[in-house]
Amino acid sequence: MTTTELIAARADQTGAEATFDTQSALRFITCGSVDDGKSTLIGRLLVDSKAVLQDHLAGVTRSGETDLALLTDGLQAEREQGITIDVAYRYFSTEARKFIIGDAPGHEQYTRNMVTAASQADAAVVLVDATKLDWRNDQLALLPQTRRHALLAHLLRVPSIVFAVNKLDAVEDAELAFAHIRGALARFAQAAGIQVRGTVPVSALKGWNVVEPHPGWAGYDGDSLLQLLERLPVTPREVDLPLAFPVQWVEKPSADGAAASAGAAVSGEHGRRVFWGRVAAGQVLPGATVQVQPGGRTAVVAQVLDHARRPANVAAGHSAGIVLDRELDVSRGDWIVATAAAGAPAPAAPDDFAFDDETAGPTAAWPATRTLSTTIAWLDDEPLLPGRVYWALHGHRWVKAKVQRIVERVDIHTLAAEAATQLDANAIGHVELALQEAIPAAPFTQSRTLGALILVDSASQRTAGAVLVR
Amino acid sequence: MNAPVKPDAIESALNQAGAHHLSNAHLDALEEETIFILREVAAAFERPALLFSGGKDSLVMLKCAEKAFVNTKGPSGSQGRIPYPLLMIDTGHNFPEVTDFRDLRAKELGAELIVRSVEDSMARGTVRLAHPGESRNVHQSVTLLEAIEEFRFDALIGGARRDEEKARAKERIFSHRDSFGQWQPKAQRPELWTLFNTRLQPGEHFRVFPISNWTELDVWQYIEREQVALPSIYYAHQREVVERRGLLVPVTDLTPPKEGETVETRTVRFRTVGDITCTCPVESPAATPGEIVIETLAAEVSERGATRMDDKTSEASMEKRKKDGYF
Repeated sequence: MTTTELIAARADQTGAEATFDTQSALRFITCGSVDDGKSTLIGRLLVDSKAVLQDHLAGVTRSGETDLALLTDGLQAEREQGITIDVAYRYFSTEARKFIIGDAPGHEQYTRNMVTAASQADAAVVLVDATKLDWRNDQLALLPQTRRHALLAHLLRVPSIVFAVNKLDAVEDAELAFAHIRGALARFAQAAGIQVRGTVPVSALKGWNVVEPHPGWAGYDGDSLLQLLERLPVTPREVDLPLAFPVQWVEKPSADGAAASAGAAVSGEHGRRVFWGRVAAGQVLPGATVQVQPGGRTAVVAQVLDHARRPANVAAGHSAGIVLDRELDVSRGDWIVATAAAGAPAPAAPDDFAFDDETAGPTAAWPATRTLSTTIAWLDDEPLLPGRVYWALHGHRWVKAKVQRIVERVDIHTLAAEAATQLDANAIGHVELALQEAIPAAPFTQSRTLGALILVDSASQRTAGAVLVR
Repeated sequence: MNAPVKPDAIESALNQAGAHHLSNAHLDALEEETIFILREVAAAFERPALLFSGGKDSLVMLKCAEKAFVNTKGPSGSQGRIPYPLLMIDTGHNFPEVTDFRDLRAKELGAELIVRSVEDSMARGTVRLAHPGESRNVHQSVTLLEAIEEFRFDALIGGARRDEEKARAKERIFSHRDSFGQWQPKAQRPELWTLFNTRLQPGEHFRVFPISNWTELDVWQYIEREQVALPSIYYAHQREVVERRGLLVPVTDLTPPKEGETVETRTVRFRTVGDITCTCPVESPAATPGEIVIETLAAEVSERGATRMDDKTSEASMEKRKKDGYF
């Protein structure tokens, strides 16, 4: 008997309902300032949901005292300094769903790791330390890191943002403190345009409202943090958009394969190249007319394979192999995009056409551009400077990008724009870039793939900036 | 899980699984992510290789590589090939069931298999053992770096999972290594979206972990679903063992019983397979992937905690070894 059968039989006996949608594993990050208790919170989530094995628990227990934070702070330097340096990924399941936690560091110099974790997250839990705030004041100021992390998560379009107000067990009047802190969070979120999915008072140390609800405490009767997380949506796929497909890898017809040895020409029906990649937007269907960028040549999709090489129609978010009806010069880094339907308006995007020298035929649904207005989260210790040229990666395409102008920097305390001549590490700013070659970029708010790039320092090869197209 | 999994733990795992309708639909997402990464390596690097030991994680990875590259029904109608060689760093202390299986799979797939051995490094003098019985596991790093230099590999794909160990949990999928093969945890490249910065300076390379986000349970569910064949020692068999410091140590030529130890024949299986001198089986009657899925759900001790002698020496031993170039 297979496990699946065994389990089905058992479920029949118990009459259990099918409620566990494992496809929707939720990726969430935790962020907050140093010592706000992130590692303890995660330790508490893991221990109270029984996801920690005995040997791991024993490893963080000294003289009968369990230090939950040590479950995640695994690196030597972290243990020495008592802080979290890098993102740690943890896996656990409850009866409702599977979770992947990105435990992001709070220390300012490691903001790049927080951005790393946020870029793939479905939800962000921003931890707020009640003891660090002037909680008796109904107009209290939040810590800069709370603002920075919430703002970064929002910028990166993490679909759900949740505040967890921690250490309320350590203040005299938990109810008053929670009311004031919740008010301050709400005011900040509204000013920043952040939609908050929930604000939960927790004690990571005591386990209140983390996994198990603690009704009535701090004047709160809602869901525990985990109950809230169990119901959050995963990041929606960008299916309802015109096709955009970055070519990842070109599979050439096999030289020693059956078809080739039977004498089929390379350009023949059976010897055509397959273009592999992950569909960024829309879906790819046989028979669709598409355009290759750069260049603007058109072709018809002859066949589509799914990630495991079975014939299919493939939608955004999934890997596909595309075979075209004619031989075109397509290589890694090119984009295969939909042609705009006659009469249909092209999606809003900069319309600086790069291939006006081509006999391009129909308009692309995702026009290419060589100038980008962007929001950049700067991650490198070397500042971003006007005039410098970086490598930019868009989809699978590397292009040179020159910093034309820093328009402004965002003050993360007030969210106000301020003048700037450079972006230092962990700064966020509005920057204009000029590209060496045109790419089909679109606003990040419209498409996470078309609207995202990284900048790489051409000397050190370090990943230096997270770029969001405005 | 060095002690047998208790019947009530199995019962509880079954109930839990029943309540969950333990689905394997999430495996589709994991498989797809793995295939995406395997193709990225094929496209982004000049001289990649896939580390292949014949163990369960590398066999799962190989299954994904087979789907990604070895086409039997696609548009060309031809048999594709995995576009990089398989590389095995041989400690000379392997279970024969595993090395035989490794050779068989490589042959079946028509893949190039490169084997480099720690014993050759010892002969060259680049590996010196403190004593003859020492575990050679840690010395694999030297042989691996020698192989990287010999073939000028720029990316090595490995089957490590983040749920195995705390230092692994911190590592990127595309993990940059300097010209000494060292991992620098404080200077990791941010990994944004799926935009992987694969640019290298001369002499540097990447370690790439396509099954980072899989857990031990995911691996066994996948083995069951895809009917991935494994070396026989992963399943219940009779074996002579001695109990030592809470572990079951297999009795072999390399690991003889110590004075005063009692040799017993027990029904065991291996949760993980590596160097004979530091890999221990667990007591288990599980003879099929499905039974192992249930045991894994019920397990109270981690894979490494139950089976690896060498990881117990220090909390940070894996981190130290990774800094030295270990996988």
